[in-house]
Amino acid sequence: MTELGKQSALSRRAFLVGLAGTAVTFGFAPGQGTAQESGSPPFEPTIWYSLDRDGIVTVNIIRAEMGQHIGTAIARVLADELEVDWTNVRILLVDADPKWGYMQTGGSKSVWVDFPIYSRAGAAGRIALIEAGARLLGVSPPQCVARRGAVSAEGRSISYGEIVRRGSPAREFTSNQLAKLPIKTPSERRLIGQKIDALDVPGKINGTARYGIDAVVEGMVYARPKIPPTRYGSVVRTVDDSAAKRVKGYLTSLVLDDPSGTVPGWVVVCATSYPAAIRATDLVMVDWAAGDASKVSEQDILDYGARQIAAPRGGALVVDDPEVESAFRAAASTLERTYTTNSVLHAQLEPVNALAFEKDGRFEIHTGSQAQSTILPVLARALGLAQDRIILRTYLLGGAFGRRLNTDYAIPAALAAKALDKPVKLVLTREDDTRFDSFRSPSIQKLRLAFDVHGKVTAMEHHASAGWPTSVYVPPAAMPKAPDGNPFDPFAIDGADHWYSVGAQRVRALENDLANRSFRPGYLRAVAPGWTNFALETFMDEAARMTGADPVAFRTGLLDGAGRNAGSAPSAVGGAKRQAAVLKRAGEKAGWGARMPADTGLGVATTFGQARSMPTWVACVARVRVDRSSGAVSVEKLTIVVDAGTLVHPDGALAQVEGSALWGLSMALYEGTEFHKGEVKDTNFDSYTPLRIGDVPDLDIEFVDSTEAPVGLGEPGTTVVAPAIGNAIFAATGIRLRHLPIRPAAVLAALASKK
Amino acid sequence: MTSFHINGSLVMVDAEDDTPLLWVIRDAIGLTGTKFGCGIGMCGACTVHVGGRPTRSCITPLASVNGAEVTTIEGLDREGRHPVQKAWADLQVPQCGYCQSGQIMQAASLIKDFPSPTDQDIDAVMAGNLCRCMTYVRIRNAVKQAAAESRKVASDD
Repeated sequence: MTELGKQSALSRRAFLVGLAGTAVTFGFAPGQGTAQESGSPPFEPTIWYSLDRDGIVTVNIIRAEMGQHIGTAIARVLADELEVDWTNVRILLVDADPKWGYMQTGGSKSVWVDFPIYSRAGAAGRIALIEAGARLLGVSPPQCVARRGAVSAEGRSISYGEIVRRGSPAREFTSNQLAKLPIKTPSERRLIGQKIDALDVPGKINGTARYGIDAVVEGMVYARPKIPPTRYGSVVRTVDDSAAKRVKGYLTSLVLDDPSGTVPGWVVVCATSYPAAIRATDLVMVDWAAGDASKVSEQDILDYGARQIAAPRGGALVVDDPEVESAFRAAASTLERTYTTNSVLHAQLEPVNALAFEKDGRFEIHTGSQAQSTILPVLARALGLAQDRIILRTYLLGGAFGRRLNTDYAIPAALAAKALDKPVKLVLTREDDTRFDSFRSPSIQKLRLAFDVHGKVTAMEHHASAGWPTSVYVPPAAMPKAPDGNPFDPFAIDGADHWYSVGAQRVRALENDLANRSFRPGYLRAVAPGWTNFALETFMDEAARMTGADPVAFRTGLLDGAGRNAGSAPSAVGGAKRQAAVLKRAGEKAGWGARMPADTGLGVATTFGQARSMPTWVACVARVRVDRSSGAVSVEKLTIVVDAGTLVHPDGALAQVEGSALWGLSMALYEGTEFHKGEVKDTNFDSYTPLRIGDVPDLDIEFVDSTEAPVGLGEPGTTVVAPAIGNAIFAATGIRLRHLPIRPAAVLAALASKK
Repeated sequence: MTSFHINGSLVMVDAEDDTPLLWVIRDAIGLTGTKFGCGIGMCGACTVHVGGRPTRSCITPLASVNGAEVTTIEGLDREGRHPVQKAWADLQVPQCGYCQSGQIMQAASLIKDFPSPTDQDIDAVMAGNLCRCMTYVRIRNAVKQAAAESRKVASDD
């Protein structure tokens, strides 16, 4: 378990250390224990928190802490209902356990999912404490008020800690009772929506924060993999470690036998120190028979998707109104465009790693994970153990962005530890991490619009082909089903099922099986909305220009909130009207319609964030300048308006939008790689070049003041920026770019062909 | 045997001369606040001070710090209250936090070299520190705030 705020101290006297375990290390203060004082047991009205005899509330957090300060947000929700002083609140990032239910952190869903659970858990505790406090004060519960960790009545008061010391309240709540507990109205909230410092920040400033890569155990050896030439199907023919044997500290090279099939063809090189493991791995020669993907490259995958889209059948019809064909036949005019995006790397800054060892008949895995519940059965298969004999310990995540939804890196660590019968700490170098990334799939999409004689939109089609992350580990029978009965991956089509009223609509999701055979498509910050909205929002701009309409007015005209776009409680109250509102507001703030200097333009885009079931309404106006001689695109300003309902932790919300918007910019202009003969082309930050500080534009971010249900914020900001930039490039120069990333060479080529 | 001072303590290390300083700091000495990001000096997560200068420890051979004074995030300020750290807390800079030790060490040098840093100074000095969470807006503001605090302390002295 990771308890935030724990410190380690280093003595100031001299000490002798050595790599390779040959010298003695001393000079450290002993680790500070966390043992509880004995005495009255803490009050635990639900599994989600405990209240001790000193009035300290410890909130159990099952979500991964990966930069979003989720523990702080959840603790605020609980503490508000429980009526405790914030200074008495702690968070505990718990280890995996079946009692927590499905442990996964993704889809920007944590606050949305956890808000009702922790609110009611807090309310239950408050009710129980008021009842117990009333008894101790000799009054009736309705006479009592709970505030700041105490129950008061008639001028007398008893603290929560004292109530616990005098015997914990005995009140229990069934899940049915809990679900019916009323929670506060927005006007009664005291903590939610107030500015607060995040609880995970102090350790990230003084060096004490503990990430997976910092995990240690006595007697561990270090390991680094030899990554095979293809993700699937590589078979080890021979291993020659004769050169590696000259590396001091080199131990052995293990050819992994993986019953789970997660890491076929892996060789793990072990040494007594990590630098020795790095060096030895470079010297170990492995001859592989490569899998079929060694003949596959980026363009093959895009071509395959183009053929899928050209074929009238196949895929899943996620939206399929009956009159699409007739509307297109009757159209006075139509617009059809194709959009493509390249592969994108996660490049989370902490390379993936895991420490694994067997202890007391159980296997312990120490690593950062977004999906403990997904990897546990895979670990069980790999190790040949029952799931209850495997423990996943929790650490902070040095970035995740969806990469750690595949906790696949735990498997080779576990297999190596089992083979060696020793603790193994497996760390991937940046190059290894990149070659093992489950990166964002390339995508290809075709969009069509039908207009009547008055220029009114009467029908729309959106066909999208990409690798599907979910089908990697979910069999077809268990995949979600489209209305036509076909399986589909919602994460690979979200965004195409938009809130515009376009008449008869068809959305077709196609699994690019060549992609899925060739590599492991991953979830990457926002997943499909990163590419579907690039296509959709560029297309809407093209449609507006074609009809001579203003791009903002054209969109607001379609965001009429009619029919299925009306929205519904609890999460989408107001529907498309709320999207229209953020769009209008962003336009006002950015000075939409103002005259721009030469080669400078404003471009707009709007999305609903992640998914229709949990819309976060977002709009962005980008101001860009294009250098016609170099093709370089400078983003000068991003104006972003977000309606995410209730903001639990407003500064955390702002941080998420700042970061995600810059992610959107980074992916639009500076990132992107290509799959080439089984591997990605760029493997380190010399050639893979995410945004750096000097290219950050002005950001003007505004949230709509709202008391609607809280929705997600980790990803929505990424989804609006690329199309807004592309549309701004059009406004500045008249060139239309339909591929991500936008490289200077593509800008120059488009400028040249326009002349 | 290489010996140097780290955060004020003398340390003697028995490891090969070309061992990257980063792993000596993290795995041998056990100060894990300094992070591994790229191994080629392109991300800045491993930044420490050697002789007071910001240095990428992942590409610094152990032998090159023989006799030097090395400072890591743990030793920047005994109380963790260096002006840069205070500004980082005040403006809530970190998200995942993984790059922030390196950012803070780089920024601490920056405000020493440029007591009143311009945006151009910040762009130039912080360009080598990648933040994958993209906390750059707050990093810039925190550098300015830390510099202002340091100037105030200097003028009060």
